[in-house]
Order: sequence, then C-alpha cells, then structure tokens
Amino acid sequence: MSVKIRNDKQGRKTTATIYGDLDHHTAKYIRSEIDRAIGEHNTKTLIIDFSNVTFMDSSGIGLVMGRYKLISELSGEVQIANPPPYIRKVIQLSGINKLCRIITLDCEDKPDDTEEKDTADKTIITKEQDHETENSQRA
Amino acid sequence: MKQKIVNELKMSFPSLSENERFSRLAVSGFLSQLNPRIDELSEIKTAVSEAVTNCIVHAYRNTTGLIFMQVRIFDTSKVYIKIRDKGCGITDIKKAMEPLFTTAPEEERAGLGFAVMESFMDRIKVRSASDKGTTVIMEKTLKTREGFV
Ligand SMILES: Nc1ncnc2c1ncn2[C@@H]1O[C@H](COP(=O)(O)OP(=O)(O)OP(=O)(O)O)[C@@H](O)[C@H]1O
Ligand SMILES: [Mg+2]
Repeated sequence: MSVKIRNDKQGRKTTATIYGDLDHHTAKYIRSEIDRAIGEHNTKTLIIDFSNVTFMDSSGIGLVMGRYKLISELSGEVQIANPPPYIRKVIQLSGINKLCRIITLDCEDKPDDTEEKDTADKTIITKEQDHETENSQRA
Repeated sequence: MKQKIVNELKMSFPSLSENERFSRLAVSGFLSQLNPRIDELSEIKTAVSEAVTNCIVHAYRNTTGLIFMQVRIFDTSKVYIKIRDKGCGITDIKKAMEPLFTTAPEEERAGLGFAVMESFMDRIKVRSASDKGTTVIMEKTLKTREGFV
C-alpha cells in the first residue's frame, strides 16, 4: 500500500492516488498523508484517485467522509476519481457520491511515476508499507 | 433441499489489524476451488473484512483477543462464513445494524459495516451477549456453477 500526492499550487488542488488495499489497517497512514498535504497546501479541491485501489471496505468510506468534513470547513470540495466497479458498489451503498462528485481522470491528468514535464508545483510523497501486491481482478 | 458440506476451513488468529488483509485473502484462497466470479468473490472479501475489522476495532477495543473464522462450502455452491469473537459484545443488535450507526465516530468509522455485509451477502445472522462476544454468520450462494464436483 502507498499513496502518491500531487499538489497543483495555482488551483489549490491536491490529487491523492492510492495504491493497493484500503482497509482499517492502511487507512490511518493514508489519512495522515492526505491531511498533511491539505494543511501544507491549503487545498480547496481534493481529488482522491481510486484507479489503483485493489480492495476497499467501509474504512475507505470513513476516509472519504472524514476528508469531506475537513475540506467542507474550508469551503472546498472532494472528488472521487476512477473507482473500479467493486469499489463503486461500496460508494453507492454509502451515498457518499451525493456529497463527493465521481469524476474520470484521463491519463494526462493522472500523476504517474515518470517525471512530469509541466510546470505545476508538485510534490510526491510515497512510502511503501507493503511490498506484496494483490490483484483483486484475478480470482 | 438437502445439502452436503464438501469442504471446510477453520482458523483463528489474534485481533491485529495486519490480519484484516490476511483473513480476506485466506477466504478468497479457500473459495478459489469454486471458481467464483470476480464480482462475487470481491463482495465476499468485503463482507469478511467488515466482520473481522469489527472484532478488531470494537470487540477487542484496547486489548487483543482471538478471532475465530469458519468457512463451509456446500454442494449447492453455497458458502457459509462464521466469524466469532469473545469480546465486549453488542447490547442492542438491531440498533448496531442500522446503517450509519456507529459507536466510534471519532475514529472515522462510517457505521456501514453491517449494511455492507447485508447487501453483499444473501443472509446474515448476528448473535451477541455482553462481555461474552459476538458471532456473525453470513451465507451466499455463488452463481458460477450448478454445483460442486
Ligand atoms: N464484533 C463486535 N463486537 C462489539 N461491537 C460490535 C461488533 N461489531 C459491531 N459492533 C457494534 O456495532 C456498531 C456498528 O457496526 P458497523 O460495522 O455497522 O459500523 P462501524 O464498525 O461502527 O463502522 P464501519 O464498519 O463503517 O467502519 C459498531 O459501531 C459497534 O458499536
Ligand atoms: Mg464496522
């Protein structure tokens, strides 16, 4: 599990891309990384990118709801990007999609592992906690 | 309809959050013999994760205890999962199962664990006694095959 954070200073936009499983065990770390970025960059728009999340339970809903409360106090918004089908079901069940817009990030908007050429002020924070990766797509 | 147990898994592990992932992978590994559909398997994994997390977060709050898990496969492709703890118990099960009800809002719990288990599994039964512990039984019949061979 890891989280990569990219900050776009001009738009006060923070994109957090989560990799791996999002459960009670991993949520604590992801939460602290995102909250630190929000504090440091005075974030108004937080995009949580789920394209690389391999598993999520209600702990993930708690994480989104908590960030929603935080960002709402700063009159900002939280967006949920690219949730895979098995995560979409949990999101819809929770109703969190009524508070946070579900968006599609295309490849150009997505922070990737390669060096970015654009001028946006960006920081990447990453920490591998778990080297074993599981692909829930495979049964 | 008569149904026969064709395989069974029993295990126990301490209530460490590291075991949340392990427990759902164990169930998913055990059920792979049924060649389940990806969506059904991910629903089962999510339900297991909810029940196990509840033991860790609520039942054994501030302590560590054992979590008991039992999985049965029936010849009808029915999967039976029992997750049991010897923790604090639930005083009002009906209330606890209401969507958005949580006793730990300050820990960013959403109160959706039981709602997820109910919606992702065919059946759920909860038994609990104060200071004795809680048992969650869930069942789901897989659509993949006509029966186990
Ligand atoms: N095994 C258990 N032992 C003791 N109490 C439990 C147990 N499981 C659930 N509860 C109680 O039932 C409530 C509701 O559980 P549920 O899983 O639906 O929500 P939650 O765990 O509070 O939040 P979430 O699952 O969304 O993170 C809990 O807040 C807790 O008080
Ligand atoms: Mg729960």
